[in-house]
Amino acid sequence: MITWLRQHRRTFGLTLTRLAGNPLATLLNVMVIGVALALPLGGYLLLQNLGSVTRQLTGNPQVSLFLAPEAGKADIAALEARLKQIPGVRAARFIPREQALEGLKRSENTADVIATLQVNPLPDAFVLETGGSAAELERLEPELKALPKIAHVQFDSAWVKRLETLIELSRTAVLILATLLAFGLIAVTFNTIRLQILTQKDEIEVSKLIGATDAFIRRPFFHLGLIQGALGGLAALAIVYLCRLILNRSILALAQLYGSDFRLGFFGFSDCLALLVFAAFLGWLGAYMSVSRHLADIEPK
Amino acid sequence: MISFSQVRKSYRGGHEALAELSFSIETGELVFITGRSGAGKSTLLKLIPAIERPTSGTVLVNGQNIGSMRRPAIPYLRRNLGLIFQDQKLLYDRSAFDNVMLPLAFTGHAHKDAARRVRAALDKVGLLAREKANPITLSGGEQQRLCIARAVVNRPSILLADEPTASLDSASAAEVMEMFRSFNQVGVTVLIATHDEALVQRLNPRVLVLKQGRLAS
Repeated sequence: MITWLRQHRRTFGLTLTRLAGNPLATLLNVMVIGVALALPLGGYLLLQNLGSVTRQLTGNPQVSLFLAPEAGKADIAALEARLKQIPGVRAARFIPREQALEGLKRSENTADVIATLQVNPLPDAFVLETGGSAAELERLEPELKALPKIAHVQFDSAWVKRLETLIELSRTAVLILATLLAFGLIAVTFNTIRLQILTQKDEIEVSKLIGATDAFIRRPFFHLGLIQGALGGLAALAIVYLCRLILNRSILALAQLYGSDFRLGFFGFSDCLALLVFAAFLGWLGAYMSVSRHLADIEPK
Repeated sequence: MISFSQVRKSYRGGHEALAELSFSIETGELVFITGRSGAGKSTLLKLIPAIERPTSGTVLVNGQNIGSMRRPAIPYLRRNLGLIFQDQKLLYDRSAFDNVMLPLAFTGHAHKDAARRVRAALDKVGLLAREKANPITLSGGEQQRLCIARAVVNRPSILLADEPTASLDSASAAEVMEMFRSFNQVGVTVLIATHDEALVQRLNPRVLVLKQGRLAS
């Protein structure tokens, strides 16, 4: 066990030295893997941020209830009492038709039109504050529609739902992209290891002749794939982080126009760690496949 | 220690390198295998470390049957053998010291212990002063001695050498032969394939003469 650990440590050090000894090739390989991983990673970061924005927006979805014209004061009071008992409705604000008309009159765009009106065409209305998702609103819908003296129920969540669906779609696209590029990463490692095996052909042959086990000969290549994958993952994180810094400058300027201080967040520590582990695993997998395929070809003659 | 019985080895394409070969070598013997090029000397030597497997017949090394040996067992067989090649097979990307260190890398010796053994082996072949040199800067005789140091660093019980003096001048060749004799004197079984008859006669050892894959007596 101690021997095994010692050999791993020695191999690890040797592999690092080897990588450092050929900085240009190492850098290029790491960059290829880094860029390949950065694409889906960046997409994932954008989606994560968009997701949190929509959650904020949908935090208090509103529902407007327009009352039938014949609804009287007693009906309104009864409705208000009932609305407050419906689970999922946080607050119900009554907006009388006169107040709604005043609001339109104050608005520059509609003031002229409103002035020509003989009678007030607007109904009385309730604006409901609800807590919860689009799905919950859907559940509320039939219940609200069944209330007496209600002419129309309007949800303002339709576009939010569309956005959520769009994000879901993009998520699938990112997942497909990530899968494809993961194969790319495996292929890159496969090829690097193949070249490395060819470079060390003499050493492998001599090692086999003097009694090295297959496990011993394979080990440095596994280390190489693992380290290269992890470095690639690190490069991907750095690329995405830099892109985010650059984007945030523009986003902040845009957000300020809307009176918001929104900016792109970054991954947490565990997400970063998960990515590194995943990248290292893919590197190892590429190395494993390459070693299984190419090492047997080198037999002493 | 090493025993061949009815060994036949034919390569793909029908070329028969060894035929009906039977002999045995006891522990501590010094044996030469001579014969013209193509007589099967190299093939015979390759059968012992399982680089080649016999087509039929039995090759026993330390009681292990080479023909039926499973792949994972082969490295452990080879660790008990010291192999010396005509083309040395040294690695030119590292020092003489690191070349000799190679067999100890996978046996789990502590670094300090391994380094001591490497220096002892280099000392035995007279290359201790050149331990930091790259093998490419060594002369032909020195390279062959370095190959010997690498073969003995693991203290094998059997040394196998395939044409170890082929590319050496007569003085270096005599030196190398003297080295084999001194290893044999401390109990190592030594098996040397060579076509240099003059060198063989001087040592007066047991000689196996191969002719077209058979023993000629």
